[in-house]
Amino acid sequence: MPIVSPRAGFLPMPMLVLLLLLATTPFWLARLGLYQYLALEVMVWMLFALGYNLMLGTTGLPSFGHGAFFGVGAYAFGLLQQRVLANIWFDLFGAIVIAAALGAIVGACIAHKRGIYFALLTIAFGQVVWFVAVKWHSVTGGEDGLQNIARPLLPLGFATVNLRSNEALFYFCFALFAIAVIVLWRLVHSPFGRVLAAIRQNEVRAAFVGYNVWLYKWLVITIASAFAGLAGAMFALAQQSAYPNVMSLHSSGFVVMMVLIGGGLVSFWGPAIGALFFILARDVLGAATETWLLWYGLLFVVMVLWQPEGIAGLWQAAVRRRAVAARTAAVRDVSSSGSAPVQGVSAIGKEALHGPL
Amino acid sequence: MALFEATGLHKRFGDQVVLQDLSLSFEEGRLSGIMGPNGAGKTTCFNVLTGRHAPDRGRVTFAGEDITGLPPRRVAQKGISRSFQVMNLFDDDSALDNVLIALPRVRRRGFDAWRDLRADSAAEQQAASVLARVGLAGHERAAARDLSYGERRALEIAVALAAEPRLLFLDEPTAGLGAQATARLSDLVGELKRQLTIVVIEHDMRFLFGLADTVSVLHWGQVIAAGTPAELRENEWVRRSSLGST
Repeated sequence: MPIVSPRAGFLPMPMLVLLLLLATTPFWLARLGLYQYLALEVMVWMLFALGYNLMLGTTGLPSFGHGAFFGVGAYAFGLLQQRVLANIWFDLFGAIVIAAALGAIVGACIAHKRGIYFALLTIAFGQVVWFVAVKWHSVTGGEDGLQNIARPLLPLGFATVNLRSNEALFYFCFALFAIAVIVLWRLVHSPFGRVLAAIRQNEVRAAFVGYNVWLYKWLVITIASAFAGLAGAMFALAQQSAYPNVMSLHSSGFVVMMVLIGGGLVSFWGPAIGALFFILARDVLGAATETWLLWYGLLFVVMVLWQPEGIAGLWQAAVRRRAVAARTAAVRDVSSSGSAPVQGVSAIGKEALHGPL
Repeated sequence: MALFEATGLHKRFGDQVVLQDLSLSFEEGRLSGIMGPNGAGKTTCFNVLTGRHAPDRGRVTFAGEDITGLPPRRVAQKGISRSFQVMNLFDDDSALDNVLIALPRVRRRGFDAWRDLRADSAAEQQAASVLARVGLAGHERAAARDLSYGERRALEIAVALAAEPRLLFLDEPTAGLGAQATARLSDLVGELKRQLTIVVIEHDMRFLFGLADTVSVLHWGQVIAAGTPAELRENEWVRRSSLGST
């Protein structure tokens, strides 16, 4: 039997839909009574959550301190701009490198751990970074944070773009986001990503088929930290400040909730769905009640108990049900007509099983 | 010279000595068996030989190279593969993916973070042929967790075979199998024996004595007897402990 697997594709349909929806927000968001900055914020959190899911969903590394790398990216961007060189490319690159370097150091200390011990160590490291940000007043601005981070001019070679307006900044961040999502998508479906998934399922077996499990775990912690650093730098650009709150324990918890509610354990797109859901819940539910986080927390409990595969899991289950119904109907048609099936039936099933999510 | 030799192995967990002065050698192209009662140290022996535990003392060589204390990944890269008594599969993945990830050609590209693994159709064909070899043709797309117990046992061996080993360790491959599945497995191992050097830990003496060229009997972490199945049936020690009865 020929084996033809579904390929990941370079630009799969969900990615195109997501990018198209985001790219067109300046044309329709205001009509919904929402503001452009919201789309920028959603994108930043989507990127943070998608990068984080390399650890949680792909490799099975439960980090509860990932906000530290997001915060370090934000602070690094601001500090490089204010104290070293006010060039957006240099500052962005520096933020990514510094967050990745911190991730590499933390990873070197914890990559040999698993499960609860790994999780506890990530909390500990996250708290250390948060504490430094709060106490190192002369550098970080303490609890007030780092203020007056500018939105500098964007030199593109052939033109220079002013990023002061939210629309201009949105499109710049959108370009970064699109590149990052393509890179993440490729990475997850590459041999490297497949090894990470194997490690999540069975670390012992992965070692016994010849993989250096520690090195892969260290690399994924470093890479996920780099993506968090990029998201943090985009956040600092958007907010024009960096403050310790973004690296607090509850901020790190938010990204875990986004991934789990969205369905990051079963789908690449789960974290993006979860980030959108979180920001909308905060703004829409938050407009109705101050206790929105209570309701969101309860929803999280309900999801973990009854729908651990998250929103993406609900979608996948619906697609599977539709496929089964289509197959049953096709078989019924074939039986009643008495003719040979089956090409159409298997095609329906295959497409549904490897559907968009 | 033997392909694989362990000399004077000693392993202790806390105050319990599990292996003491254990020496074993496995000839190339032969199927060697290890038997012994529960708690004799058979699985610990496998774990020490395949790098899961480092021995406290002793030396392990493979093809003349000292591999004592090397971690499992290094041992695997040398061409030694193993299956597990308690099944160790990538349960969420399909049978094909379980085998695919164990192929050396995929392992060599393990740090490739850009190209789609699915684009390597030659690797997929190779993985499919390994599955066919263990009788799992037609199950390529089934998730490992959805396979029957016997099929999972076969997949366990397929993953070990995918690494293209020179030496294959099988840890109680018939555990939990019925008579028919054991017979099929016996046929498979008999066929593999013609191409590989194999070491099998086994409780099922009919299975082991039917396939093995030589068998070592472990008790209290030591080899108490060794020889061909026919010799062991006549061995006083083995007879007295009922180990040789088939």
